[in-house]
Amino acid sequence: MHSSFSLKNLLSHDLPRSRWLALLLSLSVLGLALLPFIFPSTKALNVAAKVLVFIVLVASYDLLLGYTGIVSFAHTMFFGIGAYGIAIASSRMGAGWPALATGWAAGLALSLLLSLVIGLFSLRVKAIFFAMITLAVASAFLTLASQLSDFTGGEDGLNFKLPAALQASTEYLEEPLLGVTIDGRLLSYYLLFFAVLGLVLLLLRIVNSPFGRVLQAIRENEFRAEAIGYRTVVYRTLSNVLAALFASSAGALLAIWLRYAGPDTAMSFEIMLDILLIVVIGGMGTIYGAVLGSLVFVLAQNYLQDLLRLGEGALQGVPVLSQLVSPDRWLLWLGILFVLAVYHFPSGIVGRLRLAAALRAHQQTATSAEVSSS
Amino acid sequence: MRPLWLLAALPLLALPLIGSGSTWLTLTIAGLAMGLIIFIIASGLTLVFGLMDVLNFGHGVFIALGAFMATTVLGAMSSFTETPHLGANLFAVAVACSAGMAVAGAVGLLFERVLVRPAYGLHLKQILITMGGMIIGEELLKVVWGAQMIPLPLPEGLRGSLLLGEAAVEKFRIVAVLTGLAVLLALLWLLNRTKLGLLIRAGVQDREMVESLGYRVRRLFVAVFVGGSALAGLGGVMWGLYQQGVTPQIGAQVNVLIFIVIIIGGLGSTVGCLVGALLVGLLANYTGFLAPKLALFSNIGLMVAVLMWRPQGLYPLGQR
Repeated sequence: MHSSFSLKNLLSHDLPRSRWLALLLSLSVLGLALLPFIFPSTKALNVAAKVLVFIVLVASYDLLLGYTGIVSFAHTMFFGIGAYGIAIASSRMGAGWPALATGWAAGLALSLLLSLVIGLFSLRVKAIFFAMITLAVASAFLTLASQLSDFTGGEDGLNFKLPAALQASTEYLEEPLLGVTIDGRLLSYYLLFFAVLGLVLLLLRIVNSPFGRVLQAIRENEFRAEAIGYRTVVYRTLSNVLAALFASSAGALLAIWLRYAGPDTAMSFEIMLDILLIVVIGGMGTIYGAVLGSLVFVLAQNYLQDLLRLGEGALQGVPVLSQLVSPDRWLLWLGILFVLAVYHFPSGIVGRLRLAAALRAHQQTATSAEVSSS
Repeated sequence: MRPLWLLAALPLLALPLIGSGSTWLTLTIAGLAMGLIIFIIASGLTLVFGLMDVLNFGHGVFIALGAFMATTVLGAMSSFTETPHLGANLFAVAVACSAGMAVAGAVGLLFERVLVRPAYGLHLKQILITMGGMIIGEELLKVVWGAQMIPLPLPEGLRGSLLLGEAAVEKFRIVAVLTGLAVLLALLWLLNRTKLGLLIRAGVQDREMVESLGYRVRRLFVAVFVGGSALAGLGGVMWGLYQQGVTPQIGAQVNVLIFIVIIIGGLGSTVGCLVGALLVGLLANYTGFLAPKLALFSNIGLMVAVLMWRPQGLYPLGQR
């Protein structure tokens, strides 16, 4: 009994509320935790690390889009700031923990400042204006990052070294454990894993706090939220700032894993599209959606192309069709999936599972009521 | 009328900074040409937003579609484009423009029917769904025309410059200015002087009343969407020729510029869109000459400055 209470506290009382969702989530967490021992290949480890980074990135975006109802296209800007913070600090100060800490803090500080400025803009303009302004600001920032080549490495980005403890050449055990060498790379993976776990639990706590409820109220009816007495401007700005800080941290984690930061990997518009796709597919307004959505999306991104390659082989010689199933066109299929999801599954995977569970519970109470009445 | 005053002040302010009068004239005409091409594209978007309250993030697809059609049409009409005969050249460009408009308009019809129609009145859904439309459209463009850049050279007779006194003015820029002015006049005439325009404006004001008078507002709005898409197609042809090359990403790149323009203009106003586009075009060319590094950020700077001064843009629509 006691342990279930503590789990409830850990999840901020936001339980999965669906047996299937609980099962999928446990499998995901367990899978990601044990991955280096289940699939000890480099590719699998890279895919899993990308899933981890995207979980935080998407969950932080969901704080904006799903909980507060703000559409921003500047999220990758903060992601990039986090990544460049680590990269610039590490390449200037030399590899080491102080560099990582400084870079992370500097990224957070700049994100805080910029998100505050952008957030203050949002009180002057309408929702659609805000979406367009963020798009423009993000594209200007991307240009800035690729122009300041002395500082950011331009289009090539920055390669840097990690502290010795996280380098692949550092081996902690002489013998492999369960067939896996315990080295700095493995330590990096678990650093990512526990950082992501902590950040997601923190986000759960935020959205399930009274503060999170006000954000949802703003999403549902801003005018009414204001009328009840909440300064919606303050809440929306805070939502903006928090989302930016989490995105920046996700960027820092990405840079640590890749030991690299560049405009395409951290700031490009494609990543913004990925985020949007994942939020919608996973389920808006649920942090759990970010977990399942990232998992589905990153797996699809990495393995759908293999599947399409098979299809392309089968349709070789057919003029247009073979083009349509070419692995290079995988985004086409995700785009179609996205549109279908927005219209037919607006609540995403998580919303669907929860709805199904709620319906079943409802039916059960109805039948038991019938049984008891007859 | 103060915003118009701003438009006149910008070139006057730039003149002493640039110093040479002929350079100034060259830059001003280049800026006007760029501005008017942007206006053609942005007017379609602002029309759709102003009248139907739909923000189409997929507008870029129609721009790219127009530009790609131009590569196909002008490529097929090489006998018209490779002679120095100006009439034949202009004919080829006109055919490319019509083809771009027709195809973009037809795709716009489909786009409205399949994607946009179920999302009327829901801004968040509109943004997401048109964004999805843009992803799909861009990928389909790659299927048809490939993912590589396709060069789009100007027809023989439109290359090079004319000399106005000491100022060199590229010939194509004159064509762009004339096309943009024609679109502006046609739009103003259509919206303000014809019965169709009257009905459209009335439909925006009070849709039910117009419907009860026996007009189908729904069809009018579909026509507006198709018209907006066709304008994007036309703008795409011009922009492709202006850049002399087309990539599938061209739409997304121009989209950012277009958004800045309609934000400055006040979202939904045709005149505002014109002023915004000309300001962006002129400023980009002046800063490109005076401080090339700053040119990339001149648009953002302009947008921030305008929004500080007028948060709703230069010519906000009153009722929204």
